[in-house]
Amino acid sequence: MTPLFIEDALASRGLMADTSPATAGPQIDIAPDLVSPARRTAGRVLVWGFTLLLLALGLLELLHTSGHISVGFDNWRPILYAYGVWCVAIGTGQVLIRGEAGERALFVLPAALFTLAVAIFPTLFAVYIATLDWNLSSVLGPHFIGLDNFAQMFQDASYWNAMANMVFYLLAVLVEYAIAFGLALLLNAEIRARKFFRVSFLLPFMLSPVAVSWMLGKSLMEYRFGPAARLARELGWQTPAFFAHPWTARLSIEALDAWMWIPFMVILLLAGLQAMSKEVLEAAKVDGANPWQTFWKVIFPLMMPVSVTTLLIRIIFKLKLADIVINVTSGGPGGATDTVSSFIYRVYRDRSNVGYGTALAIFYLITIIILLMVLLKASRRWTRNING
Amino acid sequence: MVSTTSVTSPMPATASAPGADAQARWIIGRVLIYGALLFWAFVCLFPIYWTVTTSFKAAVDVTQGHLVPWLDYVPRWIGWRSLGLSPDTISGVSTPRAQFVGRFLDSVEISLGASLLALLLGSCAAYGLSRFQYKFGPMKNNDILFFFISQLILPPVVLALPFLVLYKDLALLDTHIGMVFIYTLTVLPIVVWVMRDQFNSIPIELDEAALVDGLSVWGAYLRIILPIALPGLVAAFILSLVLTWNEYFFAALLTATDAKTLPVMVASQTGSQGINWWSMAALSTAAIAPLVIVGVFLERYIIKGLSTGAVK
Repeated sequence: MTPLFIEDALASRGLMADTSPATAGPQIDIAPDLVSPARRTAGRVLVWGFTLLLLALGLLELLHTSGHISVGFDNWRPILYAYGVWCVAIGTGQVLIRGEAGERALFVLPAALFTLAVAIFPTLFAVYIATLDWNLSSVLGPHFIGLDNFAQMFQDASYWNAMANMVFYLLAVLVEYAIAFGLALLLNAEIRARKFFRVSFLLPFMLSPVAVSWMLGKSLMEYRFGPAARLARELGWQTPAFFAHPWTARLSIEALDAWMWIPFMVILLLAGLQAMSKEVLEAAKVDGANPWQTFWKVIFPLMMPVSVTTLLIRIIFKLKLADIVINVTSGGPGGATDTVSSFIYRVYRDRSNVGYGTALAIFYLITIIILLMVLLKASRRWTRNING
Repeated sequence: MVSTTSVTSPMPATASAPGADAQARWIIGRVLIYGALLFWAFVCLFPIYWTVTTSFKAAVDVTQGHLVPWLDYVPRWIGWRSLGLSPDTISGVSTPRAQFVGRFLDSVEISLGASLLALLLGSCAAYGLSRFQYKFGPMKNNDILFFFISQLILPPVVLALPFLVLYKDLALLDTHIGMVFIYTLTVLPIVVWVMRDQFNSIPIELDEAALVDGLSVWGAYLRIILPIALPGLVAAFILSLVLTWNEYFFAALLTATDAKTLPVMVASQTGSQGINWWSMAALSTAAIAPLVIVGVFLERYIIKGLSTGAVK
């Protein structure tokens, strides 16, 4: 991910032979305007100057915080400002050095520099923290322990229990998908009051997971007075304690999450159904296919790309599941409902263990990147096979 | 709300074999379809109904499971009084209300700020990627697009603790601007995703005509293309608003007093045992109300926003 930035920066400073005609678009072609050598030099001086300034300030503050020198700032805030100024300098430099092409680079540059500062740098920093023994509540500062955190992780039964729970939550996505597909088909049928149903179906997606935790988890499913518990008693379940036993708790948490996210899947799948050409469906009808055959032989295969997108996005969000678990069960009973995120949250909250918590998170990130890459590959192959 | 269906036919469209049998089958089909639709609408709406009505219930109405106001029980402003938002307390001084309004404004400020910043950064990047050919080292347009969208995968736990440490050093903990930065990051991939699709659907000839007329690339973008892309902007904006307004994980870890958002306040109330149902219900209602209103009135934008990108 970082090469984008590094090589671009190098190219812009003329350190690397810029072999590419930069941003000559196949779509919009504009004759490259001529940039005078003086202007180009000015641009390079600007970029270099501010780069050196940023590095100098960073070094100064680093020496200051480590106690080597007394000159420095109270905190790192000025370095952030320096980074902001440096970003402006890079942008200006691009325009000065490359003219028109530089102006086009300005479209992507702000977002790239922002992502670099807020996502890439903290992620790399997380990798560093993961190698530290760092307990915020202890008087000892951080110290380097290499891969010990990861070794400890393999002994941590609670963490692997949370991982196993994630497998359950991920498999449940398929059930959510089936329900969502059914609802999308219903909304796509010729019905009255379509707008009313669409709005109602959408609303759970708009609600805050924390509010939902209370509305459903702690109120509706409260075992004495909650309407859901009353209904369960009516139906013959005498002790409707939704969150007391491992499997019921897990299923209840899954139900809450499904309630919030099925609307999202319905919308995506509905969009797919509406984009489908009517002629294909007509042709199937002319050929004498019954609705069941039409669905499995025509609609489902044609919906494959949309289904894959829907499932992938849903899985990505499912992998982040935490707020409902934190607020309803805190992972209980006995870790039965823990997700990886909620478990790490408690590692930090209860034990202030920054180094270990981050190591768990980094391992989780690597796991899900591998998982998603495998899923992406498999889904591509599968879509190709189904659609011949 | 007016039904927008234009294709609703009163009679079966598939009446290839008219007769009592086909008629009966059609009616059964209709009953099943509407039954399922109404069932799910009930599933979606009942929790919201329950929460709103509970904020008007005294303890005895909750324990006895009263459901229908005026018939079952007499609605009272009991939950709203505890928030200082009932008619008789609204004019007086109220600490809970001041607290609630503070959290509410924090939420508004942070979610609006983050959504606008994400829209600004994301739409520019999306326009660039849709119109020009970039080549940064080995990365071409598709790689850059993937670079942006792949940020969606990053789970909050990976970033939360580094941010805690970094923000402490930067004196950004518990500040609005700090929360705006991290929320912008969480929605930027979605904005890029929605907006690139939006720009791709606008013909390139418009840009070319603008350039021929003497506008610069930025002039063409700001004065010609962006106004056309307004529906996409609205959709991306609302989506960002939903996700940032409801975010809990980062807010719980990175804020304490000055930038505490509404979800953190709601969560801190549910944590305490023996909390009054009515005040909790009132608080939840107030927390979800803005987005429920947005959802009811701007539903088509949200659906449009979610639909783009999924369907090519």
